[in-house]
Amino acid sequence: MNSRKINDALNALSSKKAPKYTTYLAAIVLFLALILLPPILGIFTKFDTMQQILNQPTLMNRALIAIANSFMIALLVSAFDVIAGVPMAWFITRGKSRWLNIIDTLADIPFIVPTAALGYSLLLFWNGPEGISALFGGSLISPGWLLITLLHFTFSFPIVVRVMVGALLDYKMEFERASRTLGASPFTAARTVTMPILRPSLIASYILAFARSLSETGATFIVAGLFENGPVFLQNIKNELAVSNPPLYEGVTVFTSLILIVVSLAIFAFIRIFGSRLRLPIRGFWPSFERKLSYKKAEASRNSITLIVFFLIVLIPSLFVALPAFEALFNPTLSEAFSGSGIWSDYWQSLVVSYALAGIVTVLSFVIGLPMALMIARKRFGKFTANMFDILVNVPLIVPSIALGVSLKFFWQNFAFIPEFLLLVFAHLAITYPYFVRSMTAAFERISLDMEEAARTLGAKPFGVFKTIMLPLTKYSILSGAIIVFTRSVSETGATLAVVTTLQTAPVVIVNWVKQFVPATPLDIGLGCGILIVLSLAVLLTLRFVTRGKARY
Amino acid sequence: MPDVRVVNLTKKFGDIVALDNVNLTVHDKEYFSLLGPSGCGKTTLLKLIAGLIEPDSGEIYIGDKRVDNVPPEDREIGFVFQTFALFPHMTVWENVNYGPKVKNFDEKESETIVHEVLELVKLHERLGAYPNELSGGMMQRIAVARALAAGAKILLLDEPLGQLDAKVRNEIRYEMRKMAKDLNLTAIHVTHDQSEAMSISDRIAVMKKGKIVQVGTPQELYMNPASLFVANFIGESNFLEGSVAEANNGELVIELRGGAKVHAFGKGLARDERAVVVIRPEVLTVEKPSYRGKNVLRGVVEKISFEGTFIRYVIRLESEDFVIVIKPSLTERWFDIGDSITLSFESEKAHIFAYPEAGLMEEISV
Repeated sequence: MNSRKINDALNALSSKKAPKYTTYLAAIVLFLALILLPPILGIFTKFDTMQQILNQPTLMNRALIAIANSFMIALLVSAFDVIAGVPMAWFITRGKSRWLNIIDTLADIPFIVPTAALGYSLLLFWNGPEGISALFGGSLISPGWLLITLLHFTFSFPIVVRVMVGALLDYKMEFERASRTLGASPFTAARTVTMPILRPSLIASYILAFARSLSETGATFIVAGLFENGPVFLQNIKNELAVSNPPLYEGVTVFTSLILIVVSLAIFAFIRIFGSRLRLPIRGFWPSFERKLSYKKAEASRNSITLIVFFLIVLIPSLFVALPAFEALFNPTLSEAFSGSGIWSDYWQSLVVSYALAGIVTVLSFVIGLPMALMIARKRFGKFTANMFDILVNVPLIVPSIALGVSLKFFWQNFAFIPEFLLLVFAHLAITYPYFVRSMTAAFERISLDMEEAARTLGAKPFGVFKTIMLPLTKYSILSGAIIVFTRSVSETGATLAVVTTLQTAPVVIVNWVKQFVPATPLDIGLGCGILIVLSLAVLLTLRFVTRGKARY
Repeated sequence: MPDVRVVNLTKKFGDIVALDNVNLTVHDKEYFSLLGPSGCGKTTLLKLIAGLIEPDSGEIYIGDKRVDNVPPEDREIGFVFQTFALFPHMTVWENVNYGPKVKNFDEKESETIVHEVLELVKLHERLGAYPNELSGGMMQRIAVARALAAGAKILLLDEPLGQLDAKVRNEIRYEMRKMAKDLNLTAIHVTHDQSEAMSISDRIAVMKKGKIVQVGTPQELYMNPASLFVANFIGESNFLEGSVAEANNGELVIELRGGAKVHAFGKGLARDERAVVVIRPEVLTVEKPSYRGKNVLRGVVEKISFEGTFIRYVIRLESEDFVIVIKPSLTERWFDIGDSITLSFESEKAHIFAYPEAGLMEEISV
């Protein structure tokens, strides 16, 4: 009865303009106050400290090289992602194998595994004596740029696959069929019709992979060795200078963060503006050559290569950490871990922090992100406002998270009364919020306005329309948005390292163990990573179970 | 039961005037159509009546109540969308029960209503089906049933047959009219298909570029079009240009291009004024070559198309103008291409209009 009353009250409220617009305005104000403005103001308040680095040419040089490395790797990795991810997405959506469902799920795994665990897993696989290196009688790939590239490929590949699978499923096959009836071979049809139509998704997946590579800190730190990219450099500088020379540390950090932020924004703007003018190679026609590429043998070899790349470079290295984790199960390490003695007490605490944080951040993203997504999708304050916020909301997505963390820290440290945990919440919210708003905006846009209008004419109040039409129809996007936010928060290392001094999250603990800042055995690390992976999978499956439903539409 | 009345209604989208100071009354229990080419503002008018968009100025009344500030859910209207807008995540039953549910009807009462309307549209056996399992015709009927179950007194139909194939469309349009009449509903039906509007409506409003150009029964519109546009849009017409040679109390002699003179009736036209004579194809009768009566047009058969019940001839007149003539195929003599032909018509059955300032083609273009 009570919930009925609340429902009626919300229905009545939603019919009035004032409460409706207050909700949207509140979402905008919160976005500006918690997410967009603090990092900008943070950098500005510390602008003067940059003088420090200008007097240190060696340090500046090191910073610039690290920044350049970041962008080179990101450009390279996201290009590989698209080259390997598109055939994979094609295989998943168009293939006929009965294993497709399983492969589809497996493709998400590197995305679910917290990156710190992923980094360690890759280190073991490519470099450790137990991994593939064993076949070559030594370490196959040493920590450094190549391993970083492999690592970034591993965790950004699923992003491209996910985006392109979605795009291919939404794609109207009529276009491709029309092309086939006009005489194009399957490959030509895909190249000249399907891919150009899916260009926005290709660009979006490239940007996402690019941004993810630029941001990743924890795992990169694990596999970097002596090599430095932007985030690794920032972390090294923190270890070297934060205590011994705080003003210089601030100067270097502001300098590096600012360049990382400005260059990523510039690249993003460039792709956004010129991406739509980009011509895919559709002008030329090579019918007989492409006919050869289209049929069985070529298709089979293309699929084989796609799968080999996926299993050998993405999946097996991601899960390789299962070996030491499994070994630890039959070993005193397990009882040590569960007794919480020694280094494990920190581990369990950090797990609680990580999951509490991720939970809170997911709820907050939902609460302040949903009205924002609706405002953008339905252009509640006009086209211009909607477009502007659509761009602004995505800004934190493309800014390297450690740079974002640093600037947030500079801003919030002016408010000494804010506890460290809340700082972490703000930092993670800033990083994850765009993912949620993005996925929800797209989902709302997919619902035809007719649906909403039909419900209104049938007597539903605006809140009723939202509850009975919009929410059920976007259930899966909410779920996937929540999963992305949750796993992204659990994985996030860069921003965490930047804002906290005492609190530790699980990935930070793993990084400290691997880097031997804390004496941990390989079995400890393996088990630590294993627990993290199992928990993440459990969360994923629980969320799927909770929101399971009939996938009829 | 309510009339629907709109007064001085205007709606702009940016710089585009979608609806320009429109006045209209739809009577209680009337089956009324808004007819016009795409972009003429008919759907905008329907959505304004439904409350789905807000007018820039003007008033909307349902019965005696002014409703332009009433949200759509409180207007007691049922809206059937061209896309049907059936909720894909709900079964037939849930879709139809949606209105009663959000309006907090008593559960037993809603169950009865849903059963009744589903009975009415003869889809009682598909209660558990989802929209994507239904054919176009079924979806259309469910969309109507859903609107009815919500207690609609006024049915607003936005091109409700647009997505159906021709045969189903013909069947369903009569069903819809019958249903509205049986249930004593007021129905406003938007369409661009004149034969659809003509065959089901009590009255029709013809719209062009945001304005209503004529309101009347199908017969009135066909027999007495108020403008060249209506003459062209409703049914088929031949347009012959000329100028007034004699004007005497509404009795006119028009000299057509090429010199032929015809007699007709029309007001407001003075001597020497340019004019357009409008003649329906079925009004033209075939005469013997020796025919010497009034209103004679001579020409040669240029094109023939056999349409089953009728044969359609395109005649090239001596003036080089073309006219269309339609004749029953089984009871009249057939002509061949190249045959000379003499046509005539009764003066009362032709319509005369002043030659439009913007030009004839511009005036009649859709």
